[in-house]
Amino acid sequence: MTTIAEKEAQTVIKSAAFSQGAWQKILAFASLIALMAVFSVASENFLQPDNLIGILQATAVNGVLAVAATFVIITGGIDLSVGTLMTFCAVIAGVFLTYWGLPMPVGIVAAIAAGALCGSVSGTLIAKMKIPPFIATLGMMMLLKGLALVISGTRPIYFNDTPSFPLISQESLIGSILPFLPIPNGVLILFMVAIASSFVLTRTAFGRYTFALGSNEEAVRLSGVNTDFWKIIVYTVSGGICGIAGLIIASRLNSAQPALGQGYELDAIAAVVIGGTSLSGGRGTILGTIIGALIISVLTNGLRILSVAQEWQTVVTGVIIILAVYADILRRKA
Amino acid sequence: MTPLVVIKDLDKSFPGVKALKKARFELLPGEVHALMGENGAGKSTLMKVLAGIYRKDAGEICIEGVALDIPSPRAAQDLGISIIHQELNLMNDLTAAQNIFIGREPKRFGGLLLDEEALNRAAAEIFERMHLKLDPRVEVGQLTVAKQQMIEIAKALSFKSRVLIMDEPTAALNNAEIGELFSIIRKLRAQGVGIVYISHKMDELKEISDRVTVMRDGEYVGTVPTAAASVDTIISMMVGRSLTEEKTEVPDLSSHDVVLEVRNLRRSNVIQDVSFKLRKGEILGFAGLMGAGRTEVARAIFGADPLDGGEILIRGRPVTIRSPQDAVRLGIGYLSEDRKRFGLATGMDVAANIVMPCLGRFLSMNMFLKKRAIREMARSCIRQLRIKTPSDAQEVRFLSGGNQQKIVIAKWLARDCEILFFDEPTRGIDVGAKNEIYKLLNTLAAEGRAIVMISSELPEILRMSHRIAVMCEGRLTGELLAERATQEDIMRLATQRHSLTTTTANAATEGSTT
Repeated sequence: MTTIAEKEAQTVIKSAAFSQGAWQKILAFASLIALMAVFSVASENFLQPDNLIGILQATAVNGVLAVAATFVIITGGIDLSVGTLMTFCAVIAGVFLTYWGLPMPVGIVAAIAAGALCGSVSGTLIAKMKIPPFIATLGMMMLLKGLALVISGTRPIYFNDTPSFPLISQESLIGSILPFLPIPNGVLILFMVAIASSFVLTRTAFGRYTFALGSNEEAVRLSGVNTDFWKIIVYTVSGGICGIAGLIIASRLNSAQPALGQGYELDAIAAVVIGGTSLSGGRGTILGTIIGALIISVLTNGLRILSVAQEWQTVVTGVIIILAVYADILRRKA
Repeated sequence: MTPLVVIKDLDKSFPGVKALKKARFELLPGEVHALMGENGAGKSTLMKVLAGIYRKDAGEICIEGVALDIPSPRAAQDLGISIIHQELNLMNDLTAAQNIFIGREPKRFGGLLLDEEALNRAAAEIFERMHLKLDPRVEVGQLTVAKQQMIEIAKALSFKSRVLIMDEPTAALNNAEIGELFSIIRKLRAQGVGIVYISHKMDELKEISDRVTVMRDGEYVGTVPTAAASVDTIISMMVGRSLTEEKTEVPDLSSHDVVLEVRNLRRSNVIQDVSFKLRKGEILGFAGLMGAGRTEVARAIFGADPLDGGEILIRGRPVTIRSPQDAVRLGIGYLSEDRKRFGLATGMDVAANIVMPCLGRFLSMNMFLKKRAIREMARSCIRQLRIKTPSDAQEVRFLSGGNQQKIVIAKWLARDCEILFFDEPTRGIDVGAKNEIYKLLNTLAAEGRAIVMISSELPEILRMSHRIAVMCEGRLTGELLAERATQEDIMRLATQRHSLTTTTANAATEGSTT
């Protein structure tokens, strides 16, 4: 008797969970497929392997930044500094490799460590000094933009002395094993970062606390959890991931461009939101974020193939963001 | 007489929970109709459907004989139906008058400008009708919970409501304030307003209500005239079985170790020189009126709020507690009176909430969650405390208040704390679940845990405590032994203002430490 009731209850829950979390992902995934279908009908060039690889390549940087932003947004915070932090980390890599001529692994570690350090500063401002995330990271965004320009002397730093540096994002490790699948390393890094982040968010105590902070921070604190510490860690991890994005973009351009970076944070946040992560915190998935980032890239790429003017591409992206969030709200109501 | 409200065969489901099954209800004009039932019985849900907050799945609602659909709270207001929620919904930064007339502000100059004067005048008139002394221009956030409740009632009155639904209106009120509330209810009844009164407090229902409708598990059980029904009848209708209320036997604890000792605790004027001892296996009741500083003492010991001074000793050793984290490490647990704000992450599932304070125990390599062990822990708590939930993966926000409270208790049981502070553990909980929680407290004490129970309900304090500490205005005004204490003794200490305390309190303390 009870077992039947329990089973019934469980199926109800499963369907409820399905409609809660998976729906948005399916919706986002369906829109991604629909977009791709529309573009492939509109232009025969769209489905060309080179173009698809180009789309993935273009997603790599924004995707990694969006993953970084997902961590913070799940806690109910926001990080406006991901774009300029990425640039700052690229410049740090340039300083280590080109100015100081240190070996490449040192440069890589330095870029990621710089990102993590800056993230921990943001986290400390927010957790310990109680500065609202929006303001703290707005300040960090400008501060890092300025620092990147100061350190580089406002000029790009080229990686000509480190011939293997472009390999980070441009060569294809997969392609060298499976010649028919020449996926660039930058994309491979994106997927590795995404899988690792997804694992961390769902399977570790750190991930659990990330969601809990966004769900009810005070209840977590009163459970004896050191909320300030975990919040700082969230921003630190997010910053470290921005460092990885910095390496990818620097490798792709074979240079650290200090003026770049501003505006990337909004694309990243857009990807997170399209992917169904709640800006009020407590819910979100990495898979959703990746799909969100892909939607933006497919849109940009497809509209360019159709020779739609750049200005209009931005308009369309804006509309998509609003539609995505509205779809999410409709779904929650239902 | 045409009934104001008739509800027939109402169904309502939420994900995973069938909240109402063919529910029925009837309200006459000029009647106070009590709605009773255990937690999760569907009382609040039924009333929220009536107030347009939830849409019904099936069934019929008739207002004065006309079958209607109530699609929104606005539509309910237009029909003259107002609801005062258990959790107050006021904008703390606006004034009392602004809160009452939000969305219906009187305007000047063809609707361009707000007419603050007319607004305040209208609010003052309502207050006068309620015999409430309150400045309409005061910011709501500055008021006590009781006063805020009065503003909710004033707001309902301003709609010229014919149906007024009150969900646990007295949960945060003291006796004098309850008296005021009842006199207002009686006036409204005389004016022909129909009042739905949801409460768990039997004595209040006996005093104020005309009829009682009982619900159980989302279903209608029956309706009886209050005067003709005994408390036992109502309780047995609610729980489907009869309950016995028995006083706990106070064990001899003099040989037990003192696990917690607090000396001269101070924080500005909310905690003034509070000292007490707590023995292993003891239940120390903390009595007092609202705002006496009991919650503040618990939060300060737990490290949730900073202290100005004082010593805390655990098992005889002085300790420093700077954060809840320190407290939990020392084996102290705190169950907040406001479980939604401080106790639960309601958007997360049951299992995640239960293991929150002890997640460290469910990690492999100090990092990775042991999902299976977490679920097993959660399931054993669900069984042990008889938490009504479809599964351990259910989000806590879909559960009823009593079951949410059990999850907060489960959190600290899972953590295996030696010293537990229960702050109003049975607030908003029905009789059946209350009894279960009392049994639980007794079991915990018998296992050797030391318990501080803060409660505003005197019968509860008298029934459960081994020893009673009474606070008034931030000071400990006395300690009583439970066997000899009466409600009158407690009230005397709870209302003992500063000028009187010094001598009597000392006498009382001396009397109890022996």
